[in-house]
Amino acid sequence: MQREADLASHTAEGPSRRDFIVIAAQAFAGVGAALALWPFIHQMNPDASTQALASTEVDLSPVKEGQAITVVWRGKPVFIRNRTPEEIKKAAEVKISELSDTSARNDDLPEKAPATDLNRTKKGHENWLVLVGICTHLGCIPKGQSLSDSRGDFGGWFCPCHGSHYDTAGRIRKGPAPRNLEVPPYAFMSDTKIKIG
Amino acid sequence: MATHESTYRPTSSIGKWMDARLPVARMMHAQFVDFPTPRNINYLWTTGGLLSFFLGVQIVTGIVLAMHFAPTAADAFNSVEHIRRDVNYGWLMRNLHAVGASMFFLAVYIHIGRGLYYGSYKAPREVLWIIGVVILLLMMATAFMGYSLPWGQMSFWAVTVITNLFSSVDSIIPGLGTRIVQWLWGGYSVSGTTLTRFYSLHYLLPFVIAGAVGLHIWALHVAGQNNPTGLEIKTASDSVPMTPYAVMKDGFALAVFVLLFAWFVFYVPDYLGHPDNYVEANPLSTPPHIVPEWYFLPYYAILRAIPNKLLGVIAMFSSILLLVFIPWLDTSRVRSAKYRPVYKWFFWLFIISVVALGYLGSKPPEGAYVLWARIFTVYYFLHFLVIMPIVGVTENPLPLPRSIAESVLGKSGQPVGVGAPAAPERR
Repeated sequence: MQREADLASHTAEGPSRRDFIVIAAQAFAGVGAALALWPFIHQMNPDASTQALASTEVDLSPVKEGQAITVVWRGKPVFIRNRTPEEIKKAAEVKISELSDTSARNDDLPEKAPATDLNRTKKGHENWLVLVGICTHLGCIPKGQSLSDSRGDFGGWFCPCHGSHYDTAGRIRKGPAPRNLEVPPYAFMSDTKIKIG
Repeated sequence: MATHESTYRPTSSIGKWMDARLPVARMMHAQFVDFPTPRNINYLWTTGGLLSFFLGVQIVTGIVLAMHFAPTAADAFNSVEHIRRDVNYGWLMRNLHAVGASMFFLAVYIHIGRGLYYGSYKAPREVLWIIGVVILLLMMATAFMGYSLPWGQMSFWAVTVITNLFSSVDSIIPGLGTRIVQWLWGGYSVSGTTLTRFYSLHYLLPFVIAGAVGLHIWALHVAGQNNPTGLEIKTASDSVPMTPYAVMKDGFALAVFVLLFAWFVFYVPDYLGHPDNYVEANPLSTPPHIVPEWYFLPYYAILRAIPNKLLGVIAMFSSILLLVFIPWLDTSRVRSAKYRPVYKWFFWLFIISVVALGYLGSKPPEGAYVLWARIFTVYYFLHFLVIMPIVGVTENPLPLPRSIAESVLGKSGQPVGVGAPAAPERR
């Protein structure tokens, strides 16, 4: 009888020492379990050998005006187009307010840089447009590299998967893609050679 | 489990010895032999048995295929061809597995449609229904990862497109979506690393499905089966023992369904596939027209109907997750649409919408196809979010029979349209 009264008073009095110990033990075990889980999650991230394939050098001399080549960087296709003066003019004339994504999406520039044609290229090499050739919608490879391809309504690239149109600066102009094609980090080693990554 | 008198009587001494220690046979007998099933269930109630059968087919043929498949980017495509041409009966195993996936989905869609029509999600079967939605999601994940394994062009680009769905998180938290996608890929693009991990998970998930199916059947046997009247079993005359009545019916339906299965396997094994998947994966060239397998087409149409990436992804996932909330969205007091003269029409409109979305998902995303996909997508969501709650309140249901037995036997207690019980057969 005495014991039952003790038990009843414990529950009535609110948190006891035992409640505290139980909660502390559960929290300890919970944090431990979460920490033990991390290696099992992190093992799926890109491994050291994948990260090591970071840069690619490309010789641009064989690419004539109006032509384009595709190279591979980090397993992704990179579009390099030697643009014609008309294509550059067309891209430069577009006002920022007409664009659906106003960020330059240039890995060498801050996020806030506006998507002008100049910000999408390198100074003194405005004819060269270098882009990661992956549609920002769901990752298809847009058409437009070969001269026989459909280049969409804006003369740049057209993604056949879900109908995104990019202009001659690789900016999204129409369709479901949310962003301009990414400009990867790259630098001119000489007038005819670039290093991507 | 539902309480009913078990007629299990172990006769052999081994049976008695076992029954006193681990009464598995007693449980199986109670759940699958003398378990009371409504006496009026129709052939749509055979789909559960079909689904168990197809889960078994997929696991058994899958284990065989795994003995001959090489899950690397360099060898996967060739090893599937090797299975089809060189391995003894490899063609049969591969065809059973590939066509089996389609049959599995065909059966599950009929099963879900039956649940929707007869209100099988309503109390007390909400948890049963939700476990079913979980099984559907697991099936989709398993099928998607399985489709990546032959490493053809469609495999590769389906993986690319579907994993990229998660990059839409970038528009909420910049950078997080990309991190998730790279984590799924194990690199900066879909590669052999991705293929190998999908293979590992594709082998794991069917067993998770089997576990969920166990819970699904457990929940079913607690609540008891629904039936075309939507009434509960009240008296012994409302039910018949599962064996032999329901089991024979399941067996006949299985035989018919397996004929269809066999026709595909032996005559047109590639009919449900896509020619582009017999071209080895090429990361630098997207096929001009990417389509998923037929069973994903309605969701794909919903994804493409919405011109915003994040909203399209949200709509696609919600179209399935919405099913979880149906038990509470349907406000009707009556379970079965058989007695719901207004809702019945909306139900068929919903089925038409899903079939139409399936058709539109196979078409290129342009012109009138996009417009129609939008119309049917709107109806898909309206059906659950607006029509179900409103019609349930406003509609006047038809009078329900007093019991399952009455719906079958008529008020006299005699079979409808039969004057007298059949006399013993004489020869």
